[in-house]
Amino acid sequence: MALQPIPADMQQHLLAQMVLIRRFEEKIINLCQKEGCLPGMQILAVGQEAVAVGIVAALEPNDIIVSNHRSHGHLLARGANPDALMAEIMGKVSGVGHGKAGTLHLSVPEVNALMTSTVVGAGPPMAAGAAFAQQYCATGGVTAVFFGDGAAAEGSVHEAMNLASLWKLPLLFVCENNCWAGAQKPSQHCSTQDISKRGEAYDMPGVRVDGNDVEQVYDLARRMIAHCRSGQGPALIEAKTYRMRGHGEKDRQHYVDKSEIEYWAKLCPVARYRQKLLSGGVISETQLLKMERQAIERVEAAVAFAEKSAYPPPESALSDVWTAPENA
Amino acid sequence: MAEMSMGQALNTALTLAMQGDDRVFLAGEGVGVSIHQDPNMPTHGLLEKFGPQRIKDTPVSEAAIAGLAVGASVMGLRPVVEIMFFPFITLASDMLVNHAGKLRYLSGGKSSFPLTVRVKAGIGFGAGCQHSHNLEAWIAHSPGLKLVWPSTPHDAKGLLLSAIFDPDPVIMVEDMMLYWMKGEVPEGDYRIPIGQARLVAEGTDCTVVAYGAALYTALKGVKALAAEGITCDIIDLRSLVPLDKACLLSSVRKTGRLVVVHEANRFCGYGAELAAIAAEEAFRDLKGPIQRVAAPQIPVPGSPPQEQFYKPSAESVAAAIRAAIRG
Ligand SMILES: Cc1ncc(C[n+]2csc(CCOP(=O)(O)OP(=O)(O)O)c2C)c(N)n1
Ligand SMILES: [Mg+2]
Repeated sequence: MALQPIPADMQQHLLAQMVLIRRFEEKIINLCQKEGCLPGMQILAVGQEAVAVGIVAALEPNDIIVSNHRSHGHLLARGANPDALMAEIMGKVSGVGHGKAGTLHLSVPEVNALMTSTVVGAGPPMAAGAAFAQQYCATGGVTAVFFGDGAAAEGSVHEAMNLASLWKLPLLFVCENNCWAGAQKPSQHCSTQDISKRGEAYDMPGVRVDGNDVEQVYDLARRMIAHCRSGQGPALIEAKTYRMRGHGEKDRQHYVDKSEIEYWAKLCPVARYRQKLLSGGVISETQLLKMERQAIERVEAAVAFAEKSAYPPPESALSDVWTAPENA
Repeated sequence: MAEMSMGQALNTALTLAMQGDDRVFLAGEGVGVSIHQDPNMPTHGLLEKFGPQRIKDTPVSEAAIAGLAVGASVMGLRPVVEIMFFPFITLASDMLVNHAGKLRYLSGGKSSFPLTVRVKAGIGFGAGCQHSHNLEAWIAHSPGLKLVWPSTPHDAKGLLLSAIFDPDPVIMVEDMMLYWMKGEVPEGDYRIPIGQARLVAEGTDCTVVAYGAALYTALKGVKALAAEGITCDIIDLRSLVPLDKACLLSSVRKTGRLVVVHEANRFCGYGAELAAIAAEEAFRDLKGPIQRVAAPQIPVPGSPPQEQFYKPSAESVAAAIRAAIRG
């Protein structure tokens, strides 16, 4: 199917977002070298930017996203404040979760990124709940849930697909097939090598897309989201992409064929799109440099903000379990 | 005897079990090929040794992993399956709680489920509450499941071998932080009986009970009191279910005081059971209030100072012992 034309300002927006996400995560790679700077494990989506950006760009502000352990791209694309994200990643009190979450469960209600879980496969059932609320309250909203190829093996994902289809919930399932789940590839963990076919099993549209082509993702997302919004029920997108950094920053990828990484490096979604917009005359070299500079400055500002923020006081661990009586 | 890490000791136990008995197989996420390439990981190198027929990398499917163990064990195999982090046991809980723990009973004792579930646990690696959450009380509360938790390489090997060859379902919790801790480990096959605690140190003023990594917090807390002339019995439970009540009670009867230490939440934690047993069965020997050193009733927070706050400290152990003695 031919792509719907995308206006130039939207094209520039798509690129700018991918550049910001890439710079943000490259900074994290950098900070990992700094002893004691980042607690916990850093799980990055370098190479997967086009999925986050293409899907989220097709959503409306009141739509909901549900994310997983590899969330930085989803959240930045959704417009989360990089300062508060970086601060949370560093475990600072000014972070999105006031230090409670850390990098693995970053949720940002301010931008309707309401639930993020690092329990693989936990997103879809919760997303069905959010989509049910949208249907129940006739908000006209849609929920999009991101999950991995590995997550597609959890029973919870199958239950959510069945329920969403049965009740015609406005729920977009976004399976980011990044070719790995931990140290297992889909041929080792998944019964089908075409996860989009699972749509058929649950009587919903299921389409695979080149997840490293942001315009393809955006175009498909627009159509699928329109389907979800129209009351016809859920849809499934399988975005084929690649996890360039391995599972997490400590993963040396000893089990990955080097040629595979090289192959996907050539398909870098950011470089590809930059080139496309340049050669298409959508953006000039000067504009591109400015875009890069702005992204770097934004990330540096976020790091400066996070670094000068304090750690939360230890006893603050006790708060936020329940609603404080004065707010109940 | 050889000096090795706890991870290597577990690895040795798995190797011995598999070499000695074809019915033993392993399954779990990354038990064959793992993102970690560290000889201190318990399943390191086993795929190379035993091949993919017996070392099964599974999809990310905890319910299926636990179900696999249930079904394969009743058929006579000896599955050893792994749950990657303790909180994910919730996804396997139907298979464990409603099936592994109940089907033998439901068969009137005719069927057996000789399965082992290894669960990685621990607090202090900054991953937050969906990776760090010690749920031993959930398991202990469920009839039909045995529960062991080693604190030394020596016990890790002996307990895992006992678990694998036990006729009933055994959950073995492994504190990940201890994988790199070294200790003396005997050669060959030996078993630490399930249900037998270890008296780690003897003293007169108080009984301190712990298990897993919390044992080291307890030891430190007791050591800090030496200068005050306070000495304690320190018990490493090793086996939470069945519990070595005799060991617990004889010590409490001797010292008249009890402090329990664990990293799990305090409210309805495993320590509450120990306190209740001591109160019910050694009431007349108690000279002071039983004390619990445990985590507050919150999820494990992500930020380092908050996570530190969550974790019971040696100081809190020392304070609890003083409080038990003060009465
Ligand atoms: C229920 C559960 N089981 C296991 C894990 C450990 N784990 C974290 S990420 C991951 C692989 C997930 O693969 P996939 O869904 O493809 O996502 P990706 O990491 O590739 O983005 C695993 C097994 C987990 N977090 N939750
Ligand atoms: Mg994946």
